[in-house]
Amino acid sequence: MYGYAGKILHVDLTTGKTYTEPLNEDYAKKYIGGIGLGMRLWLDNSKAGVDPFSPENPLVLATGPTSGTIWPTGGNGHAFVAKSPQSYGIGESKSHGSFGTELKRAGYDAVIFHGKAEKPVYVWIDDDSVQILDASHLWGKSPAETEDIIKEDLGDYYIRVAAIGPAGEKLVRIACIINEKSRAAGRCGMGAVMGSKNLKAIAVRGTHDVTVAKPDEFLEFVKEFHERMKGPATKKYRTLGTPENVLVHNALHCMPTRNYNNAHFEAAEKVSGEYLNERYVAKIIGCSSCAMRCEHVCVVNEGPYKGAMARVEYEPLWALGPYCGIDRLDAIIKGSELCNYYGMDSISAGVIVGFAMDCYENGILTQKDMDGIEARFGNHEALVKLLEKMGKREGIGDILAEGVKFAAEKIGKGAEKLAQHIKGVEVTGYDLRCLKTAALGFAVSFRGADHNRHGAYAFDVKGKFNRLKYEKGRAKAVKDIEDVYTIIDSLIICKFSRGTYYKEFEDLAKLYTLVTGWETTPEEMRLKGERINNLARVINVREGLGRKDDTLPWKVMNVPIPDEGPSKGAYVTQEELDMMLDDYYEVRGWTRDGIPTPEKLKALGMDDLIPIVEAKIRKA
Amino acid sequence: MVKIHERKFVSADPDKCVGCQVCEYICAWTKEKAFNPLKSRIRVVRLNPLVNISITCRLCEDPPCVAACPRDALTQSEENGTIIVDEDKCNGCGWCIEACDYGAISLHPEKKVVFVCDLCKDKPDGPQCVKWCPEEALDLVTADVLAQKARITATKKLFQEALKVAPPT
Repeated sequence: MYGYAGKILHVDLTTGKTYTEPLNEDYAKKYIGGIGLGMRLWLDNSKAGVDPFSPENPLVLATGPTSGTIWPTGGNGHAFVAKSPQSYGIGESKSHGSFGTELKRAGYDAVIFHGKAEKPVYVWIDDDSVQILDASHLWGKSPAETEDIIKEDLGDYYIRVAAIGPAGEKLVRIACIINEKSRAAGRCGMGAVMGSKNLKAIAVRGTHDVTVAKPDEFLEFVKEFHERMKGPATKKYRTLGTPENVLVHNALHCMPTRNYNNAHFEAAEKVSGEYLNERYVAKIIGCSSCAMRCEHVCVVNEGPYKGAMARVEYEPLWALGPYCGIDRLDAIIKGSELCNYYGMDSISAGVIVGFAMDCYENGILTQKDMDGIEARFGNHEALVKLLEKMGKREGIGDILAEGVKFAAEKIGKGAEKLAQHIKGVEVTGYDLRCLKTAALGFAVSFRGADHNRHGAYAFDVKGKFNRLKYEKGRAKAVKDIEDVYTIIDSLIICKFSRGTYYKEFEDLAKLYTLVTGWETTPEEMRLKGERINNLARVINVREGLGRKDDTLPWKVMNVPIPDEGPSKGAYVTQEELDMMLDDYYEVRGWTRDGIPTPEKLKALGMDDLIPIVEAKIRKA
Repeated sequence: MVKIHERKFVSADPDKCVGCQVCEYICAWTKEKAFNPLKSRIRVVRLNPLVNISITCRLCEDPPCVAACPRDALTQSEENGTIIVDEDKCNGCGWCIEACDYGAISLHPEKKVVFVCDLCKDKPDGPQCVKWCPEEALDLVTADVLAQKARITATKKLFQEALKVAPPT
């Protein structure tokens, strides 16, 4: 099998036993790898209704067919899949760097972690040798510290490590898994699932070759993409980076500010991508095999946060900045560094702090509740303190560590109206009140509030559609781009490179064919993307999610944008949301309750999943 | 023997290198038809996100690796100064690896002999890492040219203001 290692590793942390099984070729062809294969393996290895923190919730780590090759951005990805302790549906998160390449060379397409270790452990995968080692000396350490100690312990400085920080250990629901010190599989709380298994880290060394089916044509294609990556499709990522969005979104009044109290930040200039690059970006670096490089590493050289260093993208910048009313980039960089230290998703972390500040401003949480912190919007010291408390689950941080949905339930007093999340996952930096194509994409995203499951915001921001009004028929565009995105996350390639696939499914199909040797047409490729989206939906249906969960945050549906300007008065009505969902389910071939029909699953070659939906359709 | 002033080797500009490993991939592919950094003659080091560089053989004068080999398996090319490994004599003992200050020599993961950059002697267009580097961070240069470049860079930094008003060069 070209492009695949051909093997899946099972690690049972309860019994300490490990074993391998061959990769099912039918699964490889149907679900590609990455999140597609990962979700299918999760489904096969779990029972309906499993608690996310139960030992019975397997954590799947998967590479893709391009992992370990020189394919630009494709060589370096890996994905984690498990039931999410935030959404209670399917959780998945990818990361890049070099970790995935090493796992592929070690000979595995996926690793499934079952059960729960009795005490803290880490797993050392050294080609065919797999050991479960004591991690008591690593407990309480940051992912970066953990990586250094493991390299020292094992005596090899080129091994790759993915680890959780203190937040994952303490089951902070937004905990992430960080590889190579600063690269995070951030969303959906995969780090908390890892922590619930007492699994501190995964260390990998792989020495085998990775092969592709048609190397000469493959390298020609690589060369062509190197050229494409020097062009306009990636310019943004190579120059200002995604923080360029700050001024773009702000001008459109679609940047959620102060926990959705505004859609425009008066101090945006001070946190702009332009200012960030001028003052703080020390170097732009790249992942393994990438030919474009995007990672803007920022350093603070003076002031109270002197010495802070973190890679900064738009989303964390927005969450830790404008969303909390904070106009200081040095504090934002410090906040990002703290998120890396504790191992927390920096998007969710910022949104939670914004939520806490809103509760404080509204008197729902008092200064006493806040452990004496004056948590006003714009107070950067409060941001730093709250992040630390959350990472340690200390005081008010213990409640906030639950994420905005569950924290609001605990706090009560109407806090749930201030909790901006979808399916329990915190919102990201697009004001959904005035980006109505994006609103649909966010509402139906299988992993909760997220821009990276569809990228439907682009239609709104770039003016392809009237962003202030949803029109029937747009669901087709959302579905199509979702199907591309699941392929991207299954191959695994980087979303920042998506613009270089000029011919979309045709380019993706050619890549897949050259790597695997399995002749694949663009239409077959598209079907894989559609299949994976349906697979995710079937899992969510099995776990009890449905139309009621395809919704939007309270403020998006109840508080019109107050700011004078291009978005004033915009919000999404229930009627509009219903129209979006009806439109979307119809295009997807699902029932009005959002359940994939047996006919649809049959057409996608997933007959074996029909019993899951049949039971639900009968009930509904 | 080629004179030290004429000896060209592959050098990475640390300001430009982003640590992407494309050089490793293309080297291993060119020499061994495998995607596997362990088989690359050039290796990337990232100390922290800000410090990235790739390192390969510098073609030293009086190379310590050659002197260190107890089995006389290593010789220096008269023609271009590269280190030639006689795989029949080499037993992978690692003295040369220890002698090299730059970590430019590696032990092969399968063949149990050492290997080192040969400047892609079989390729008409020269070292493939230089050709493929997306950042143009790699160069095939002599020590003299490296010094010239360093002087020019230093001067540009010193005279930033003057260069702004001067006609473009």
